[in-house]
Order: sequence, then C-alpha cells, then structure tokens
Amino acid sequence: MTEPTMTEPANPLSVDVAVIGGGPAGLSAAIELKRRGIGQVVVFDRDVEAGGVPRHCGHPPFGLREFGRLLTGPAYARRLVRHALQAGVEIRLNHAVVALHPEGHLELATPDGRIAVRAKRVLLATGIRETPRSARLVTGTRPVGVINTGALQAYVHLQGMIPFRRPVIVGTELVSLSAIATCLTHGMRPVAMVEARSRPTARWPLALLPHLVGIPVHYRTEIAAIDGDGRVESVILQKQDGERTTLACDGVLFTGGFVPEASLVRLSHLTLDAHSGGPRIDQFGRCSDSLYYAAGNLLRAVETAGWSFREGRRIAGYIADDLQGSLAKAERLIPIVPGRDIKLAVPQQIALPGLLAGARTIELRVEEASTGHLDVSSNGRTLLRKPLSALPERRILLDLKALGLLDDATEIRVEMRP
Amino acid sequence: MLQPTPFDVAIIGGGVVGCAVARHLTLAGAKVVLLEKATDILSGASKGNSAILHTGFDAPPGSLELACMQEGYQEYIDIRTRLRLPILETGAVVVAWNDDEAGRLDQIEQTARNNGISDVRRLDRNELQAREPHLSAQALGGLLVPREHLIDPWSAPLAYMLQALANGAEIRRSTELLSGQFDGRDWRLATSTGELAATTVVNCAGLYGDIVDERLTGQTHFTIKPRKGQFVVFDKAAARLLGTIILPVPSERTKGIVLTPTIFGNLLVGPTAEEQDERDRAGVDTATLESLKQKAEAILPALAGMPVTAIYAGLRPATERKEYRVRHDVEQHLITIGGIRSTGLTAALGLARHVGRLWASSNAHTPLADPVWPEAPMLAEHEERDWTRPGYGEIICHCEMVTRRELEAALDGPLPAGDIGGLKRRTRAGMGRCQGFNCSARLASLTEGRFPVPLAVGHCHD
Ligand SMILES: Cc1cc2nc3c(=O)[nH]c(=O)nc-3n(C[C@H](O)[C@H](O)[C@H](O)COP(=O)(O)OP(=O)(O)OC[C@H]3O[C@@H](n4cnc5c(N)ncnc54)[C@H](O)[C@@H]3O)c2cc1C
Ligand SMILES: Cc1cc2nc3c(=O)[nH]c(=O)nc-3n(C[C@H](O)[C@H](O)[C@H](O)COP(=O)(O)OP(=O)(O)OC[C@H]3O[C@@H](n4cnc5c(N)ncnc54)[C@H](O)[C@@H]3O)c2cc1C
Repeated sequence: MTEPTMTEPANPLSVDVAVIGGGPAGLSAAIELKRRGIGQVVVFDRDVEAGGVPRHCGHPPFGLREFGRLLTGPAYARRLVRHALQAGVEIRLNHAVVALHPEGHLELATPDGRIAVRAKRVLLATGIRETPRSARLVTGTRPVGVINTGALQAYVHLQGMIPFRRPVIVGTELVSLSAIATCLTHGMRPVAMVEARSRPTARWPLALLPHLVGIPVHYRTEIAAIDGDGRVESVILQKQDGERTTLACDGVLFTGGFVPEASLVRLSHLTLDAHSGGPRIDQFGRCSDSLYYAAGNLLRAVETAGWSFREGRRIAGYIADDLQGSLAKAERLIPIVPGRDIKLAVPQQIALPGLLAGARTIELRVEEASTGHLDVSSNGRTLLRKPLSALPERRILLDLKALGLLDDATEIRVEMRP
Repeated sequence: MLQPTPFDVAIIGGGVVGCAVARHLTLAGAKVVLLEKATDILSGASKGNSAILHTGFDAPPGSLELACMQEGYQEYIDIRTRLRLPILETGAVVVAWNDDEAGRLDQIEQTARNNGISDVRRLDRNELQAREPHLSAQALGGLLVPREHLIDPWSAPLAYMLQALANGAEIRRSTELLSGQFDGRDWRLATSTGELAATTVVNCAGLYGDIVDERLTGQTHFTIKPRKGQFVVFDKAAARLLGTIILPVPSERTKGIVLTPTIFGNLLVGPTAEEQDERDRAGVDTATLESLKQKAEAILPALAGMPVTAIYAGLRPATERKEYRVRHDVEQHLITIGGIRSTGLTAALGLARHVGRLWASSNAHTPLADPVWPEAPMLAEHEERDWTRPGYGEIICHCEMVTRRELEAALDGPLPAGDIGGLKRRTRAGMGRCQGFNCSARLASLTEGRFPVPLAVGHCHD
C-alpha cells in the first residue's frame, strides 16, 4: 500500500508527556503527572470538547469515588476538565492523532493543518466503542435506525434528537439498561429487549429494570433478521430452539459488545493483544515500545469511568517514575497466557524487576459463565488454585502476590478447570 | 398550447451507465435530461460493487462488452486527472489453488492475449509468495494481470454526472418514468413528477431495464434476473496484508469471490452470486457473511481475528443471457443499454461512447468546444484527503476522517446528497469501523430536514 504523502511540518511540537484521549483515564493521568511535577503535559482529544464518553451519558452514577458526590456524566466530565486545567494541563481539542511512531513521534490532524509531536512519553487513553451491526454480521436489509448506545446518547444529550420511537434493544449489559433509561425519559418506548444468553449480563438488581417498567425481555434469543426499506420496520427474533417471531419496531439498538478503540495501535508498531483487543502492556501500563503507556478502557472492555480514572492516575505515577529515573527497565518479561474459558488477562505480561512495584493484580474476564477452579500455573507447576464462579463482562482480580516470586517462570497460564 | 422544446435526449436511470451517458451526450452537444426514480443517483446496481477497473482480460473475445470495457478503461485513464478521480494501481493475480485450476491458467492467459492484454504474466509459487508474502502457502501460482486496478465506485459516476450538469444537462431525481408515447418525431414521457418531451430516449434503468422498455414500447427483448453479491469489508489495518487483487479461476456463471484492497484503504471479500426475484432489496445474511470471512482467511491466513468494518450487498442486472443487451431502435429513437451485469463500472464510459455513436448516426450535433471540468470529492486513502488541508473546521467522522467542510460540500452544489446513502457515498461518513457510534448523531443534526428518511425521527428536551 502506498502511504499518504506526508507533508512533514517543519518543527515538531516537543512535550514531556502526550496524552491521547481526554476521557476520565487521560485527564486523571494528566492531572497526576502535573502533581508529580512533570513539565509539559498535553492532552490531545479529537473531539470538540474533552471529557470522553461521560460527556454524553446524561445520567448518574459518576464521580462518587473521585469527587465524593453523585454526578451526571456531563457534570462529571466538566469537573474533570476543570481540575485538569487548574492543575496546569494543556488540553488541545480538535486534535486527532492519526499515527504513532517510534521514539514518541506522533502525527496529528488539526483544523489548522497537520502537526507533528515529539513526546518523551506517550499515554494512550482512547477508550472504547460498541460493536456495530456490521461486525455482528446480522442478517437483513440495511435500513436507517440501527445504531449503538453511544450514538443514542449523543442524539439525545448532544443534539436533542431521537433516532427512533419504538426500538428493540439487543443486549442486557449495564449500558443496555442505561439505554432503557435514556429511552423512557426522552419519549422512546423500547418494544423488547433481546439477550442471546440465558440470563442478564448486568448485575441484580439493576437487571430488574426492564421488568419494572414493563419491557419484555427475551433470553436465549437473537435477532435473526432486520427488515425495512427506508427505516427499520420489523425484526425477526429467533429463540435458541428455532422458534421465530416477527416484531414491529422502528429501530434496533445494539448495546455493549464493547471493543477497545485501538485502531491507532493496530496500525502502529505497537503490539496488540488479540484477547483484549487493546495494546499489550506490563504491570506498569508500558506497551511493547516502552516510551508508550496505555490506560483506561482502551486496555479492555469495559470498565466504569471511576475505574478508568483511577487506572489513569496509577499509570501516570509510573510514567512520572520513569521520567524521573526511578522505574526499572524491563530485563525479563513473563507473558500471561489466557487458557480455557478465559477471555482476557490485563496486563498481558509481567516485567522483572519490579514484580510488585506496578499493578498488584491481574485483571481477568471469562468468555461465558463458568464455574469451577481458577488454575494459575507456570511451566506446568500450579501456582494457585481457587474455586471461582464467574460471569461474563465482570472483572476478576488475581492477586499477584499470591503467585510467589516467579523467579524461574517463563510464562503464567491462567485457566478455568472443573 | 405552446409545447416546451423537447430535450434532445432523456436518459432513464442514474446508475453509473446513465451518468456516463449523460456526460458523453452533453459533451457531444446534446440537450440532456436524466430521470432517476430514487432520491439520489447510484441507488440501484451501482450502489455496491467490487470497484475493480477491469482490463477485460477474461471477457468474451470479440464481444461488445470487451470493446466497451477497453474503451471505458482507456477513457477513465484519460480523463481522471481533470476530474480528480483516483486510481489504485494494484494489478490482479488469478490464483490457482489446485491442479485443476492451475491447468486452466493456460486457457485464461490465451484469452487475455487474444483480448489484447499482452502484459499478462505467469507467476510461479515463489514469485507469487514474493509478491504477496501473506498469501496462503496453498497457492500454487497464478496469472498476473498488471493493469487490473481499483477506483472509487461512487465518486467516478458522480463526477460524470457533475460534468454533465456543469455543461448544461438537467437531472430530475425522485422522478420515475411511468410511460411514453412516441409520435414519430419525439417522445412524450409521463413521469411521477409530470410530463416531458425528448427526441431520443436512452434506457439505462439497470435492474429495471426490461420494465422501462416495456413501459415505453409495450415489449421487452430481455428479462432481468437480479443476481445478488454480498461482501465483507475488513478494517483498514488489513490493507497492509495485501497489495494485489486476488481473483479466483472463474467459472461460467460468475467471476467468483475476490479478495481485494479498496481505494478507501480497506480489504474487501466478495461477491457471492445469488439469484433472486426482488430488484430492490439486497439483504445480507449471517451464514454467507461468515463463509466469506472464512474464505478470506483461507486466502490470507493473517486476516484471522481482523475486525469487520462493514457488510453490504449489491444486485447485478443480469439477464437470461450472459452478454450485454444493447439495442438501438432507430425508428423509435430508443437506445436500450440493458443487462450491464458485472462490468458496468469499467464499461460505463465505453458504453457512453457507444451510445454516442448510435445517437450521432441519426442526429446532427456540435460537440462542446470548451467544456467545464468540475472536480469530484477525493476520498482515496492514498491521496491527499480534505483533512490534510487546513480550514476544514472539524472532523465529524473520525474513522474515515471526514470533515465538516466535505459534508457541507456534499449537501450543497448542483447535485447535493439526496439521502443518507448518497451522503455516505459522497463523503464516507459513517462507513468506517465504528459505523456511526461516534458521528451518527452529528450527521442527524447536519442533515436535518434534508432527507426523506431522516436519521432522527424527532426532537427531545433534555
Ligand atoms: C453508552 C455508555 C454509557 C456508560 N455509562 C456509564 C455510567 O453510567 N457510569 C460509569 O461509571 N461508566 C459508564 N460508562 C463507561 C465510561 O464512560 C467509561 O468507563 C469511561 O469513559 C472510560 O474512560 P476512558 O478515558 O478510558 O475513555 P473515553 O471516555 O472513551 O475517552 C476517550 C477519549 O479519547 C478520544 N480519542 C479517541 N481516539 C483519539 C485519537 N485518535 N486522537 C485524539 N483523541 C482520541 C475521544 O475523543 C475521547 O474523548 C458508559 C459508557 C458508554 C459507552
Ligand atoms: C456484486 C457486484 C460486483 C460488481 N463488481 C464490479 C467491478 O468490480 N467492476 C465493474 O466494472 N463492475 C462491477 N459490477 C457491475 C456494475 O456495478 C454494474 O454493471 C453497474 O452498476 C450497472 O449500472 P447501471 O447504470 O446499468 O444500473 P443501475 O445502477 O441499476 O442504474 C439504474 C438506475 O435506474 C433507475 N431506474 C430504474 N427504473 C427507473 C424508472 N422507471 N424511472 C427512473 N429511473 C429508474 C434506478 O433507480 C437506478 O438508479 C458489479 C456489480 C455487482 C452487483
């Protein structure tokens, strides 16, 4: 493939840390970096405003742990931005990073033309998005009215518009429930909720919401087809036993199925982890190129804003250590390999020295509901075995300390066993 | 009652063929009107194809199809810089995956040479691997066709139509031809938006070619048998895995499933060939899309795990016979360009020249001395896109890097987008990996009040 002809700007902008993405993770990281005395910390966000996804989540709960109060998404986002500016963080909006290169060299698009940035360290915090209809390979015509929750929230909270009146909601994650709330408070009445699994993905008692407001939930059911010429007119629902019904509706909302917004990583020299869909990191959030770090939902789908905020702050601490000369270079890397039933492990590798100097836990998720024992082994030797009953989309934390010193480990295997 | 002066030519259908014919006849000096029943051009067969500019290496020797493809190919090369139309010079390889197919390469090479494509060349297994290192090791070898290239399937016809309009043609969208009366000199055409008169009618109605002939003359000489092709588009990260169009050894019925880069920087697999009765609806289905994905992974194993960006389907205006169904009824001033099945993107400019010759044989005309050359939107990934130039305002669609300036241009001018599909084809907004997760609400607000099927159904008060 021919590369676009790059008209290189003459003087790259030099910064200490370039933070890509001004969501909760990126902003909290930037604040922490300033607190640690790092000089020029610049957050680049491609959007017209900073704050990330919470900007268009017009509902609580946000901010309880960060700010000690319950905020709506937009209020939370504004507060984050204010704190960042007060801390001396520079936020550049309408700055889309379009390519990552070695040596902290970034290419950006701005409304005033392209710019190049040279950063001593880069923090990637580009967040997540939901899986659209296309990537789910759903049968049918391709009418108007098939969208994701992120888009729904933006219609309602940023544009004051509604994309449909009687949608079918696909999925029962937390975000699916927030979609119901958004619909009901803005003149949309979901006609049904559809879930391929046999139980809701979101936790009780939140999962009761659709029942409370009288929206039928169909478990073990999938959308077999979407129909409509201009706009969605109906969907065909199919139960696992093959039974089909047609349901009239004027929209389909595909919720959740979050994936890291890792396109920049995928197109760069950095290593991508096929399991999480995000960049491969060690316990310090360091990527395969040690000038690059990553935090927030980009690492894995999906965590809360609060978690992303804390993760950003923690990883910013390691970046500051690194710039101030107190973070050890990795001499040896022990990969963490997800085995049976394990969907992902983050970090994907442990750097030595510094076993317990970074994240003290490994975050795991299961593919499907799984009950049995979590088995952690190294070179055939069991390091840890504990009973576990796990559900999809829920975080499982594995204490690193419990694994011993790992001095002779060449890999750590994590799997579910009966 | 005073009759308005009839148009010299009325073209029925704003697919790639109709747009090319409108351009050619306008430049030849005709007063042209194009009628399109949909809210925008390119709403039929031309909506979804593989976007390959074919050399005609495998076309039936001596056919009108081959002649039009070759003439069309050459004209595209000749005019593309002035219309600012891109080309991605990839070449294609017809790959043999088993001994039987390898045995048929000789025949294909022979046909190519007979068709005047003398630069084709055999690649043995090693040469093929050297050219495409990610290709499955199962590939036995192939035939390289160096001048099979990729173009922008929507900006090209749009540019043809824009040039027609800039030089005096008219377009009536949301205007369906219902019937016609020929009075021995002119046609009186009844449409869904009123009557008009034209001396000659060119039927470029694609999937409705037979129906339009019937509406005009009460009879038809062919029957459209729509043939669907489904596609899967992979993420842009896949593009670096492949530089050449990978063609299968073709069968009688279809050119087979292709794995190809696109001019937009993605990787595409498809199309299938599925007969159906419906002329309008091109649905996709999970099982077929899955099998296309698997097929792509078999050809290019490194594609495993690559995210899917988009899925779509197109309908070929096939007929009961393989060849183009082109017919000139000199008496009735009617030219039918029917059954332009699977090579129309390439052949359109050639077909337009063919129509030009048929029309000129019985109509005096003076070609425009100094026609206007408007520029098409540049959407090719390997060219300078709008976002690389200052002053674009804002990037609205981040996956495809579509600027507000581009969107505003596409909603303005002589041929503004008539529906969301038309806006996507003119800008690529919403066609990227997030499929509107980020931008569809902005698009809803930017296009408010413009489209018959709006993105938003109403307002709310937050
Ligand atoms: C619909 C929805 C509802 C949610 N509801 C809740 C809730 O009620 N409570 C809760 O705690 N959490 C909720 N979440 C999750 C929460 O929003 C995320 O956990 C949090 O936003 C993650 O923060 P982040 O900083 O990792 O990423 P994001 O908030 O996604 O921020 C990423 C930022 O990166 C920018 N960016 C991306 N690519 C580039 C680039 N190439 N160049 C420059 N900038 C770039 C984006 O513009 C964006 O501002 C919800 C999420 C969604 C989608
Ligand atoms: C899957 C697939 C892959 C392909 N790949 C390639 C390729 O790689 N390279 C290539 O060169 N070609 C390719 N083609 C072929 C190419 O797309 C077609 O040959 C071409 O689009 C046909 O264009 P058309 O203008 O004849 O028909 P259409 O695009 O169908 O245009 C006809 C127009 O007429 C309008 N119309 C119909 N009835 C009326 C009426 N009564 N009044 C007014 N308007 C009317 C319709 O709305 C439509 O817009 C492919 C096709 C398909 C389907």
